[in-house]
Amino acid sequence: MPSTGYPDLDALLPRLDSIPTLTAAALESERTAILGRKSGRLTAALKTLGALPVEERKRYGAAVNQLKLRFEAAFAERAIGLEAEARQRESMGADLTMPGRRRWVGAEHPVTKVMDEIVDIFRELGFAVATGPEVETEWYNFLALNFPADHPAMDMHDTLYVDAPPAAGERAGKLLLRTHTSPVQIRTLLASPPPVRVVIPGMVYRNDAMDASHLPAFAQIEGLAVDEGISFVDLKATLDHFAHRFFSPSTKTRFRPSFFPFTEPSAEMDVECQLCHGAGCAACKGTGWMEILGCGMVHPAVLENCGLDSEQFTGWAFGMGPHRIALLRYGVPDIRLLLGGDMRFLEAVGRPGGA
Amino acid sequence: MNISLRWLQEFLRRDLDAADVAARLAMLGAPVDAVEPLHAELAPFVVARVLDVGPHPDPKATRIRLATVDDGTGAPLTVVCGAPNVAAGRSYPFARLGTRMPGPQGFRIEPRPIRGVVSEGMLCSARELGLGQEHDGILLLDTDAAPGTPLLDAVVLADTRLVVDVTPNRPDLLGHKGVARELSASYGAPFRLPVIAGAGRVDVPAARLTGASDAVGGLHLAIEDAASCPRFHAAVIQGAAVGPSPDWLRRRLESVGVRSINNVVDATNYVMLELNQPMHAYDVSRLRGATLVVRRARAGERVTTLDAVERPLTGEMVAIADSEGVIGIAGVMGGASTEVSAASRDILLEAAYWDPTRIRRTRRDLNLGTEASYRFERGIDLWGGEAAMRRCLELVLATAGGTLVETPLDLWPVPTHPPRIFLRPARVTRVLGIELPWHELERHLVAIGATVVSKPEEGRIAVDVPGWRPDLRREIDLIEEIARLHGYDDFPSELQRFRVGRLPDAPEEAVRSSVRRGLVAEGFYEVVSLPMGAADGADSVRLLNPLSADDAWLRRRLLPGLVRLVEANWANRVADVRLFEIGTAFAAGAPGERPREERRVAAVLTGRREPAHWTGSGDAMFDLWDLKARLEAAVALAIPDAEVQVEAQGWIVRDRKGRLVGEGGPLKADAPPWAGPLFGFELLVDPAPRRPAPFAPLPATPSSERVLALLLPEGVRVREVESVLRRAGGALLERVDVDSDYRGAELPAGTRSVAFRLTFRTPDRTLRDSEVDDAESRLLAALATELGVQRRDGASRTGG
Repeated sequence: MPSTGYPDLDALLPRLDSIPTLTAAALESERTAILGRKSGRLTAALKTLGALPVEERKRYGAAVNQLKLRFEAAFAERAIGLEAEARQRESMGADLTMPGRRRWVGAEHPVTKVMDEIVDIFRELGFAVATGPEVETEWYNFLALNFPADHPAMDMHDTLYVDAPPAAGERAGKLLLRTHTSPVQIRTLLASPPPVRVVIPGMVYRNDAMDASHLPAFAQIEGLAVDEGISFVDLKATLDHFAHRFFSPSTKTRFRPSFFPFTEPSAEMDVECQLCHGAGCAACKGTGWMEILGCGMVHPAVLENCGLDSEQFTGWAFGMGPHRIALLRYGVPDIRLLLGGDMRFLEAVGRPGGA
Repeated sequence: MNISLRWLQEFLRRDLDAADVAARLAMLGAPVDAVEPLHAELAPFVVARVLDVGPHPDPKATRIRLATVDDGTGAPLTVVCGAPNVAAGRSYPFARLGTRMPGPQGFRIEPRPIRGVVSEGMLCSARELGLGQEHDGILLLDTDAAPGTPLLDAVVLADTRLVVDVTPNRPDLLGHKGVARELSASYGAPFRLPVIAGAGRVDVPAARLTGASDAVGGLHLAIEDAASCPRFHAAVIQGAAVGPSPDWLRRRLESVGVRSINNVVDATNYVMLELNQPMHAYDVSRLRGATLVVRRARAGERVTTLDAVERPLTGEMVAIADSEGVIGIAGVMGGASTEVSAASRDILLEAAYWDPTRIRRTRRDLNLGTEASYRFERGIDLWGGEAAMRRCLELVLATAGGTLVETPLDLWPVPTHPPRIFLRPARVTRVLGIELPWHELERHLVAIGATVVSKPEEGRIAVDVPGWRPDLRREIDLIEEIARLHGYDDFPSELQRFRVGRLPDAPEEAVRSSVRRGLVAEGFYEVVSLPMGAADGADSVRLLNPLSADDAWLRRRLLPGLVRLVEANWANRVADVRLFEIGTAFAAGAPGERPREERRVAAVLTGRREPAHWTGSGDAMFDLWDLKARLEAAVALAIPDAEVQVEAQGWIVRDRKGRLVGEGGPLKADAPPWAGPLFGFELLVDPAPRRPAPFAPLPATPSSERVLALLLPEGVRVREVESVLRRAGGALLERVDVDSDYRGAELPAGTRSVAFRLTFRTPDRTLRDSEVDDAESRLLAALATELGVQRRDGASRTGG
């Protein structure tokens, strides 16, 4: 600590040095003793200035003021230090079993999570995401997909029709809310020559009354692969791979023949029931299997409707319902819960690790 | 489709296990939705023989007797019996002590004394067993089975109903024969029509092929609309005794859920369920003019159908008419006037093929679906009518008697063959990815009833497909059959080489997920709701066939739906709600245009700003400023380059072209008193691909901060001050933050004090205080000139 050049001021320097160790009470009385308006030592020193000669007044005044600043800084620093010590003492003694301070967290909808996961798996296999309109014409939704007009196959899709005429120049037929994401297959094949590998997530609509397992609007995700030399073996292997990635590597699958107008051969893929693991339970009606998706080789008529040579190109497609898969995954008993905005439900299924 | 396991067993002539059949059918493409054991509640009942019958010891009990019964357990039992027909030496169904009677309130047989004698069991009537209405006496069993044999083993009662889910392409599976054919292929065992007791008594001659009109049994028949009715088989039986069907026939129909009516009608239903040929029987005596014509109905014609409903017809429907008018709706439902009843003697049987599309439209227009229309609209076997007619005639003659008066008639104006399809084994390999030997292809084709006409020749074979498979029309249809019968399980499952697709991701996908991630990070929960609801403005889009009048319109905005979800949460006493949705909104297009679809994002928030905490830190409610920050963050993600502008009590968002693309602010809702204020916003999601923001080098020089407390006169807003500051501050002024907003009595009237924190910096050197002072003076001068904004006196000059 350099000397001020004035013994009376130098006498105060040890007290400056001892400030960092003062208690709160001592700090206050020391501040009064040094800087107090009435009897503070430095206040008193300043009061003597008037009696000094001009030169001396300047030098002594500067020294006092400098020392005063150093004291002020030291007092301020100690005050901050005391506060920090107090806080630390407080937390040392705190009941650490008290709850911590949380913040709000949000979450994607379970159906979105399922869709994202499915999309991610297919991206690894060279697929990209395609999308399309939800209001469609009959041509894209049915005719191009090889649904014969006025055929019972149409009964599989209870259709909601839209009260508007199709735009001029658009492919024929009434406007409707798409009943599946498959019209995007048509739009994709018309827009891009093979090789085509796309997954198509989106909302679809059916004229179905709402109950525990039906909604008039629900998500669907569809996949389409068209190229030369694609076969039923590719279809089966790819979807098996998907099931093993999505559920677990040991999940058993089976393929059953089925019927969709736009694929042939058509199949449904079942996976081992995720609840009973094949033993048979109420959820799988005792079969040990759960139907997960419909699939098949793209019908040659669909390729031809898109202007492709069905001798040169083959392909496969699949479609599945993320709403249903979300029910399975989260053990939700009623699909209507997925529709609402009940915070209690969304928080429960949105919890990290809840997926 | 309800299928009787016992019926299948008769086709395949072997015992079948219901679970095994269900598993095989599933793997053949016809999953079984339910396996329902019939009469399972009769399992505990046994056959018992009455050894002796004597009077009840109570002389007043004249109507009841004591029977000594052998139930196979050894010691004869004493059974009290009130039935008049109990006779020694005969067998009856017997309920041992402890047996529960069938039915929902079935009681348990207990050893109760009846007039002083304890009955050790009960001999049962048909009605008590749920096997019919007769209860005049106990059910006499025509069986040699030993006493103690389970009733279900001794009498043909037990059956299992399989509810098979038949896809629209497989009409052949709507008859037991079709299902039996599939199982025959699966088991590798032959199948044939079950033998009908008493049939074969009369040799039914082959049908006589004729043109569009002819006569049989004195009736004139004519097809006037051959496009709707390409083929019509008819036969006449005279002198039939219409009455109840024999037990086996009644039970067979009941086993698949069809009510027995009389032996003639039951015979037609039996043939439909067995061979998938719907048939119809007419009472000849009630035909007017001895004529039956197939023609289009005339507008205004009406007919009362078998269900006693009078139905108006249109010229698009095909009718069966006699000389006076319509007597039936072809392929859908017969008319009441010619219905076969107990009084009928002469019967006309019809086995026709109706055009599927016409039947489908008729069924829809009349809203009248029947077992017959269901089959005709899927397409029955055009070449199967003759066999069906033969089967039906045999059955009627066996159960109702009578005489076949003439050779059955086959009205077939334009005879045709089932289609021939060419199959290339090499194509089978290309589509299926495996090579199957020729003999396996042939085996599968034969199993479905196809005829392989030629061996492989020039790489292809000719295949004649069976008439009952109208779904087989081109090569790919045969390839599916081969794959199906080969077994999908037997295909390898190894990933093959593939080429990556040419198409990139749809750009909106990336945008939507970044908006979603942004809102989730802000603590919002995503919802996925229905887009139907009430009309919302003149350009709402209406549905033509809504589920209900309440859901007849497509949503134009997402926010109203979210507000309803908030209200539902409030109803659950949940106060802290933060929801968002990314979805589609619809609006009517310009005239001649299809409806517009917009991908939008909307969010709502209400309740505490952070979770409640014991320190009191979570007590503050979301306010307008929480909303504004989230709105601005969402705009940056969803529709960059758009500007948030003040509008009334909230904000609107305009894109660069000035179009309205979003809004946000406080929302009106049906809120309980304890709820916090509700805020929300809705934005268009711009699908255009985003470019990453360019990197600005991190500053290497220190900044200088100044806090300016400014007096803003009424009407001057912070945004205006900010823009003057930025313009006047130039390159030196790095950022402008608002520190505080203060109103108080000590301020000059009509002003407020807003403190701005200004950060100055140059990238290449440290700013001198004098440079910052100069800049500050320039800013103050510009503010004074342009906005009349002054520095607040006495405010501190420096900050930080």
